[in-house]
Amino acid sequence: MEPAKTLEPIPGTIIFDGAMAVKGYALNKMCYTFNGAAGRQEFLADEDAYCAKFGLTPEQTKAIKERNVLALLDNGGNIYYLAKFIGMLGLNVQDIGAQQTGMSVEEFKAKLVAAGH
Amino acid sequence: MARIVGGITTSHIPAIGNAISRELFEDPYWKPFFDGYPRAREWLDEVKPDVAIVVYNDHGLNFFLDKMPTFAIGAAPQYTNDDEGWGLQPLPPYQGDPELSWHIINSLVADEFDICSCQEMLVDHGFTVPMSLMWPDRSKMAVKSIPVAVNTVQHPLPTPARCFKLGQAIGRAVASFPKDLKVVVLGTGGLSHQLDGQRAGFINKEFDLMCMEKIVSDPEALTRYSIHDLVRLAGAQGAELILWLIMRGTMTGTVSKVHSNYHIPISNTGAGLLVLENAV
Repeated sequence: MEPAKTLEPIPGTIIFDGAMAVKGYALNKMCYTFNGAAGRQEFLADEDAYCAKFGLTPEQTKAIKERNVLALLDNGGNIYYLAKFIGMLGLNVQDIGAQQTGMSVEEFKAKLVAAGH
Repeated sequence: MARIVGGITTSHIPAIGNAISRELFEDPYWKPFFDGYPRAREWLDEVKPDVAIVVYNDHGLNFFLDKMPTFAIGAAPQYTNDDEGWGLQPLPPYQGDPELSWHIINSLVADEFDICSCQEMLVDHGFTVPMSLMWPDRSKMAVKSIPVAVNTVQHPLPTPARCFKLGQAIGRAVASFPKDLKVVVLGTGGLSHQLDGQRAGFINKEFDLMCMEKIVSDPEALTRYSIHDLVRLAGAQGAELILWLIMRGTMTGTVSKVHSNYHIPISNTGAGLLVLENAV
């Protein structure tokens, strides 16, 4: 059977497929180490050195430094591994939802509540 | 012989784990969610299952992109969780049932499901949050568990139709196990939610409620969606509906609804709870 044909894009959504998994491998590998306290400490002690250790591209390193979730996703970041990075910073999924949609956190939370009405 | 006595669906959001540890059961935000669970626990107390098969997705604790199995089944004597990046405290280990695990693994491969078997496997919130919701008092928890991890991290994800068939094959495997065991299957995750991209915060109540109905009465209707359909209709992480379809596939008897609850929002998610009985 042939692989699926090109699918109609879903606005505001990146499908994390093989191409994205290749593009983001180093970035996601770094984020995977944030499961452990040792990885988190080493990153926080010297962010540039830690990004270099994993061979992140300049775009990925910039997105990490700026905590820019949309740029991290564009550069192959996978939300489940990025969640380790986000969690380490003390942010939750409403915080990054607000960042990605250009809303305040309160506005974003209100949007979620409104979905129930 | 072993038999599947029923199935339960529940969300597995990490924030639920935090709310449990902070005992926010009466908090106005959490109460409509937690109030759904006592009835599920009553049912479990009545049925007293020996084993829980827990269908979940690993969120980057046990599996990385270097090796990403589509379907992985635990075959360990016990399972532990671990820090997932935000300093989670370890929970007491969950007892496994290696004998039943290997029976299921053997049966599935004979049935042409070439799954990955895991003698060591860390379980993350996708597994532990549902267990904490169902069996909050670990000192009284006698049930053993078998984790079934499904790739929802990296596309291609297994299709809804394939997942339903896997559930049916797990059901056949359990039914052919020679010991008298009562097995409950937990389908975790969902319902609609999207964490990533400009579309973050997408929730589709109408679709969720349709799924809550169809998963009971007409699960085949849900198997006709593609993964891309699910991402469009239920959000990027709403594709976790495939975990519910595996649960539903295991039940081949007369399935009836014992209890349900649906609440928006818990974190970014429409949270659906169902307790289904599988009568012979």
